[in-house]
Amino acid sequence: MNTGAPGKSRLLPGYVALYFLFLYLPILLLPVFSFNNAAATTFPLAGFTTKWYVSLRGNGEMLAAAVNSLIVGVCVSGLSTLLGICAARAITRYRFRGRRAANGLIMAPLFLPEIIVAVSLLMVVLAAGMELSLATIILGQTVFCLPYCMSVLTAGFEGFDRSLEEASLDLGETAFGTFRRVTLPVVAPAILSSLLVSFTISLDEFILAFFLSGTEPTLAVYIWGQLRFAAKLPSVLALGTIMLLISILLLTIAEVVRRRAERRYATGGYAHA
Amino acid sequence: MAITASHAPAELAPPEPPRPRWSASEEASGLALISPTLLYAVSLLALPILIVFAYSFWSQDYLTIDRALTLENYRTALFEPMYQDLLGRSLVISLVVSLVTVAISYPIAWFISFHGGRHKNLWLFLITVPCWTSYLLRVMSWKVILGYQGVLNTGLMSAGITDQPIASLLYNSNAVVITLVHSWAAFAILPIFVSLEKIDRSLIEAARDLGDTRLMSFVRVVLPLSLPGIISALLIVMIPTVGDYVTPKLVGGKDGVMIATAIQAQFGKGANWPLGAALSVTTMIVVSAMAGLTVLALKLVVRKIR
Repeated sequence: MNTGAPGKSRLLPGYVALYFLFLYLPILLLPVFSFNNAAATTFPLAGFTTKWYVSLRGNGEMLAAAVNSLIVGVCVSGLSTLLGICAARAITRYRFRGRRAANGLIMAPLFLPEIIVAVSLLMVVLAAGMELSLATIILGQTVFCLPYCMSVLTAGFEGFDRSLEEASLDLGETAFGTFRRVTLPVVAPAILSSLLVSFTISLDEFILAFFLSGTEPTLAVYIWGQLRFAAKLPSVLALGTIMLLISILLLTIAEVVRRRAERRYATGGYAHA
Repeated sequence: MAITASHAPAELAPPEPPRPRWSASEEASGLALISPTLLYAVSLLALPILIVFAYSFWSQDYLTIDRALTLENYRTALFEPMYQDLLGRSLVISLVVSLVTVAISYPIAWFISFHGGRHKNLWLFLITVPCWTSYLLRVMSWKVILGYQGVLNTGLMSAGITDQPIASLLYNSNAVVITLVHSWAAFAILPIFVSLEKIDRSLIEAARDLGDTRLMSFVRVVLPLSLPGIISALLIVMIPTVGDYVTPKLVGGKDGVMIATAIQAQFGKGANWPLGAALSVTTMIVVSAMAGLTVLALKLVVRKIR
């Protein structure tokens, strides 16, 4: 479709390029300064070094935080995806009173200041006499990740053709067999995508982890503590670069899985049966 | 999964079913299936917010909470000059951030929707990647860019545009706005993109065939039809932004402090939960009102220029 005027269409790509520069500049700077042989993050660069990465290896505090982040991330992605599957399936498959209200409540964290979610959870947790721990971070981050899982999962479930399940049942497959052989292969990419996306969000999430952590910090909370010390910035940037690569890797896998599934089912090739 | 639940009645039902039991109905299956998630959201989202609401009417004496209802916290939150300043600044910043984000993101959403071709998904992926990488480090990165000896200053100086570093780039409200606009870019692009995708392209052709210029067809067809996307983009940026904690702390300096810092203080050193609760509730209500007014104003403007 040709809606752009000649002058305009030359202007627009330039704008898009500028916008992408704006979007990616801060992210590209992390790796640049993490290999820079100086404690100060200023230009001109002072030569190449990997010493900031090496310094991470013996850093027990950081490694402990990384393990905490891993535990929290796995639990959050599992829990929020499981809860997301129930809700997304209910919403895409059944009509019931209060469906919109329920969906609205689950998606609400997207439209709330995060600090208010964090503060309210903190009050409840402390009022209930619970100790702050990794468990409280998991509970909080799951609330926060649910909307993202829901959007991935409802999109994946919406295209699902219900008659396939009915056909399978009519042909004598059990309910469980139908789920395993018909439903699961179709929705599996969305589920995997939801797991990866929520893990990535949990890994980077700071506010809830900051308010709800006890004595065991996650990586984000650890980084926050380190930012006060200017001299430690390069090693934090090195850590950030590693986390960045992990995030990008996970998101790319999620995207590839989702798109392959989309293509497979869009062309009508239910080849797995 | 509840596959059998919806099937059984259909197979067993007599030709004129009296009225199927509610427990076997579609409604019951749906509610049963959503109940774990709903229960979770009610107990860890709705309930906590209600408790914040309750706390905001109580008062605190050292460590004991006095449950007699009082409006004292709201009086402090609304009339104490310090909180007035912080709330006012937070509102201005979130309004500016949401308007700027939507304005600069709209052309990108438009570009992807109308010129993205076969690679729309790839474009959207590239837009969302930066948003899902560590928020703390992105803010930190802006500190590196805008700092006195930062990337921007050294760049400007080596290009000969300035001969002295500009000190006013960092530690003020502008730095907060720039950083937040960057953080929320994808959240603005996605809803606008979705609403642009829904527009029936033949409507634009019709407007052009009937003699509208490109600009007029945009203003009279595309813009009004993408309004729902613009509105959700505004809301999804404006409301969370008002309570941002990290950005003002890292790049805001003294005159970029926002309300979240005051709220956090009440749960940390200040240790006045009821006041913290009242500040939270006030912030939510005021920002919702501002969001409502902005949406209303936007609708009026679009109707006018159409």
